[in-house]
Amino acid sequence: MTNENKDQFRPDEHENDSFLLTTVVGSYPKPKWLNRAKELYQDPDHGFDEEDYQEAKDDAARLITDEHERAGLDVVVDGEMRRNEMVEFFAHRIEGYEFNGPVKVWGHNYFDKPSVVSEVEYADSWLVDEYEFTASATDRPVKVPITGPYTLANWSFNEAYDDDEELTYDLADLVNEEIEKLVDAGARYIQIDEPALATTPDDHAIVGEALERIVAEIPEEVRIGLHVCYGDYSRIYPEILEFPVDEFDLELANGDYDQLDVFKDPEFTKDLALGVTDVHVGEVESVEQIERNIEKGLEVVPPEQLVVSPDCGVKLLPREVAYGKMANMVEAARNVEAKLDAGELDRGAPATADD
Amino acid sequence: MTDYVSTTPGLFPLPDWAKEDLSDLKGHQKGDLIDGDEDAEIATAYDEAREEVVGVQQEAGLDRVSEGQLRWDDMLAHPLAVHDAVDTQGIVRYYDNNNFYRDPVVQGELDFSGDVAGELEAAAEFVDGDDLQAVLPGPYSLSDLATDDHYGDEAEFLAAIADFLAGEVDAFPEVETLFLLEPSLVESAPEDGLDERASEAIDRVASATDADVVVQPYWGALEEKVYAHLLDADIDAVGFDFVAERDDNVYNLQEYGATDDVSLGLADGQNTLVEEPEAIRDRVDWVYEQIPVTDFETVYLTTNTETFYLPYAKFEEKLAALAEAAEIAEVKAA
Repeated sequence: MTNENKDQFRPDEHENDSFLLTTVVGSYPKPKWLNRAKELYQDPDHGFDEEDYQEAKDDAARLITDEHERAGLDVVVDGEMRRNEMVEFFAHRIEGYEFNGPVKVWGHNYFDKPSVVSEVEYADSWLVDEYEFTASATDRPVKVPITGPYTLANWSFNEAYDDDEELTYDLADLVNEEIEKLVDAGARYIQIDEPALATTPDDHAIVGEALERIVAEIPEEVRIGLHVCYGDYSRIYPEILEFPVDEFDLELANGDYDQLDVFKDPEFTKDLALGVTDVHVGEVESVEQIERNIEKGLEVVPPEQLVVSPDCGVKLLPREVAYGKMANMVEAARNVEAKLDAGELDRGAPATADD
Repeated sequence: MTDYVSTTPGLFPLPDWAKEDLSDLKGHQKGDLIDGDEDAEIATAYDEAREEVVGVQQEAGLDRVSEGQLRWDDMLAHPLAVHDAVDTQGIVRYYDNNNFYRDPVVQGELDFSGDVAGELEAAAEFVDGDDLQAVLPGPYSLSDLATDDHYGDEAEFLAAIADFLAGEVDAFPEVETLFLLEPSLVESAPEDGLDERASEAIDRVASATDADVVVQPYWGALEEKVYAHLLDADIDAVGFDFVAERDDNVYNLQEYGATDDVSLGLADGQNTLVEEPEAIRDRVDWVYEQIPVTDFETVYLTTNTETFYLPYAKFEEKLAALAEAAEIAEVKAA
């Protein structure tokens, strides 16, 4: 069995017959000096100007892309060095949004929850510069994470639309426009992040319809993933199998795979990007531990459909811990591939045609 | 003649300077949140923030002034989160919102705390007793938000929470009104038997004060049996969230009648779109048109939910709109 869509990211020099694509969800801890550079840039009394700050962000993007390469990841990201927060970043670039100040998430953790005050419109490109820069900084394939329209709608105040569904669909059209531009620029791997789906699982049909709009007229070889985390998956499975995506990227290590069985029946017909390291634990899991986690994935899909990734963005971890998790994850994936090649492992769930 | 009273269910956003100062002083992690004995510097920051939000309400012209519940890091779970017999554990989702609180696990006898009374004493320095409004989670919601590791029985746990809250209320300084917030009556509606006990628990807390007691459910309408049982409690007003749900709330009012006073959640506590005072007043008229009752003694005009969801400037605007709406309603009714 082959999986053309996934195999396009297989490195030429890949050492094993089996290929468990290794990647990340997106965010990575920012170097401390980048935060310092931002403070200087925001300080009106300081001469550190926009050009200086841009250079700092470029340097950070190069650095983290290289760090992902050193960890051995097959598909890399720039660690979202240019992004502040997953909703704010996009809301700043979409017409129709305004900001009124920080709101509480929990304790003293706040975010600048934006308000949609008029019809949302596409202005300048959101991510093409980011993609082109990262792609030029590495020979590896680059994945582009984009916050999904349902989350962009749900985590905003809606002043302008009759309901969030209508707003979600308008935003989906804008995401579609952005993906077209990214594909024109060469991007082949797009990940839609919809964490809000976990808070309101009954809305999975809205997310499905939004995805139909997102992928409209996007070439089939472009890999589209959907990242969902920290929810009760039994409330969205198997319905999500109908979504027009190639891959589901799921957080499962945090709950020690207590929800794994959800995905065994009915059969998982998409690719599974399995969370194999817990981003809320400050210790680096051992290679052996991560191997066992990866093997959990083989209970759900055959190796051809398995992708290996952390549970979620790793930006809240100390940087050396984040790196340790990436490096051990890659080593574990290669070990599992070797075991598969040697016939030491059950190839897991029966292979299915990947539509 | 109906008395129109502008108010809120409390739980305000911190002023932006206090968000910054307190996050610097306290930190961002689970263990950094309020535990009931904060140091002098933190206490001073909260005192200043409290004085500020009291001033904002007075300036806006609200008829009831709340202490603001600015220390309630764990939102409605706060009275338990600071209790000595409670261990605060993992971060859990606060209803269907993108907000989180620490799971309060009750591990011993819920005896008297006095934490909320202390906040009200501090507010009473700036507010007359006949303007001051106390806010507490209702016993059903508080038991729903908590985990019981001590009482071992649902009914016993609910009764213990009610006794605990009654003890807290008993220690309050003089207040005009007590709002008991009961979103769980909607969000995880009590089943047969438990609905009656929820009403009895509310009655237990309400009986501990001479103040007017308003029970405010939100994020929808009560199931009719739950509503019918609630009317048996010795309370002055039930609240209705007309932002989230109109038809079912009207149905309850039509079928089961209402208390002599009523609280109308007509401004959206979770949206930055600020209602025009006239629009709020029109919604009052709309409610009257739907129901057979011709007169309430007191109508509280309020946001449907707590307001900590809002950016601070929008929160201030909401208060001003409510205060003005009550004034217009008053003039019009006369």
